[in-house]
Amino acid sequence: MPEHIVTSFDAELELLRSKIAEMGGVAEKMLDDSTRALVRRDSALARQVIEADSRLDNLQREVEENAVATIARRQPVAVDLRDIVSAIRVAGDVERIGDLAKNTSKRVLAISSEAHPAKIVVGVQHMSDLVQAQLKDVLDAYAERNEQKALDVWSRDDRIDALYNSVFRELLTYMMEDTRNITYCTHLLFLAKNIERIGDHTTNIAETIYYVTTGEAVAGERPKGDTTSFTTTGEI
Amino acid sequence: MSTGTNRQPASPAIPAGPLTEKVSVRNLKFYYGNNLALKSIDLPLYDRIVTAFIGPSGCGKSTLLRVLNRMYDLYPGQHAEGEVLIDGRNVLGPDQDVNALRAKVGMVFQKPTPFPMSIYDNIAFGVRLYEKLGKSEMDERVESSLRRAALWNEVKDKLNASGQSLSGGQQQRLCIARTVAVKPEVILFDEPCSALDPISTSKVEELIDELRADYTIAIVTHNMQQAARVSQFTAFMYLGELVEFAETAKIFTAPSDKRTQDYITGRFG
Repeated sequence: MPEHIVTSFDAELELLRSKIAEMGGVAEKMLDDSTRALVRRDSALARQVIEADSRLDNLQREVEENAVATIARRQPVAVDLRDIVSAIRVAGDVERIGDLAKNTSKRVLAISSEAHPAKIVVGVQHMSDLVQAQLKDVLDAYAERNEQKALDVWSRDDRIDALYNSVFRELLTYMMEDTRNITYCTHLLFLAKNIERIGDHTTNIAETIYYVTTGEAVAGERPKGDTTSFTTTGEI
Repeated sequence: MSTGTNRQPASPAIPAGPLTEKVSVRNLKFYYGNNLALKSIDLPLYDRIVTAFIGPSGCGKSTLLRVLNRMYDLYPGQHAEGEVLIDGRNVLGPDQDVNALRAKVGMVFQKPTPFPMSIYDNIAFGVRLYEKLGKSEMDERVESSLRRAALWNEVKDKLNASGQSLSGGQQQRLCIARTVAVKPEVILFDEPCSALDPISTSKVEELIDELRADYTIAIVTHNMQQAARVSQFTAFMYLGELVEFAETAKIFTAPSDKRTQDYITGRFG
């Protein structure tokens, strides 16, 4: 894309991009750390994640303030307008991702003293790996303004949903087997849901990228695989 | 050229139902001497719709406007080829009565051009050329035209004052009233606000939006935001060509031609 005649406009857009990139980096680390804190039962790491969230909140506020100021100053149109609107939307999604990672870490703290078989967390860990890959890809796609990469992320989310379904069923089984597992498994269930929701936010970002580059909404329904809203213990 | 005839994201500013082509520009070429200024333009102007023409200086947008009411006839060495159909009738033909055409297709210019006469006569002058009205009928026409141009309340107590004593914004609205007075069907605005302050500009824009209920309107403007605000369709012209014609909402959010995008986002040149 050629540069604007007014070069300070390019500088303002570049600033928005770099802040989003920074937010993405913080969110990726939060998700990674919260999962490691779960697996290793590392309360100190979990606390770090909780503290890191305020950084994301501040960055999101800065993105919004800068975006609003740029809109007021430049009255952007076409691709510039879409670019700035996308910065506001993506910052919102990344901020929510941070909140979910933070909540995950809070639950890690809550269950840190509970005894449990290590194999229960394996499914959640696997989910988190998939979501982390999604998040990395979608942030790259945003930086590159690559709608094909974004569409790949968008259509891949159903794998996370499928994994979440199996984690859900697995946890129900543990709870039915031994009621002493209920506290632990319930926290784990919410934790898994948080991670699944982070996956949903990555697809939101993917849709935003598609809008920025093409000016159109993604056509068609996203493949969805979360069936836990209808699952009962009778089916387990 | 890409056209936006499939109206998917129908903007709320555009009335529902099919649009009627009031003016059809067909394969229009225009020459200043040997210099080709418009290269085969095809374009509709829809009834009761504001169409904005944008593009860098020298792209031909004012030239196109001047063809629509044959303003160019006043200058030797300028000529047009192709067709401009108004209600299906070619107005570029030799049998066209140019005065009747200019009554039907009114024009408002960049600089306010009130005649050096009273406010009342500024309006009545044009009407007298085309119609024989009695005193009370003429009074009525002057009042309704000034009301139509949102100027009546400001001038009703000084109709005998000189039109040139008004402020710039008022003068421009006086010119709009004068245009409306001869009951045109199409109104052309050639950068009507470029000499006005922001408040007067807003008043003229509001007026254009009101006039849309009764007229087909074309506006040439260098102010991109103004085009976005007042028009429902936008034509982007460049080097005598029509590059893109589509709904204004589409042009300013997701134009299909790269040249349009570069121009409206300020990346040209």
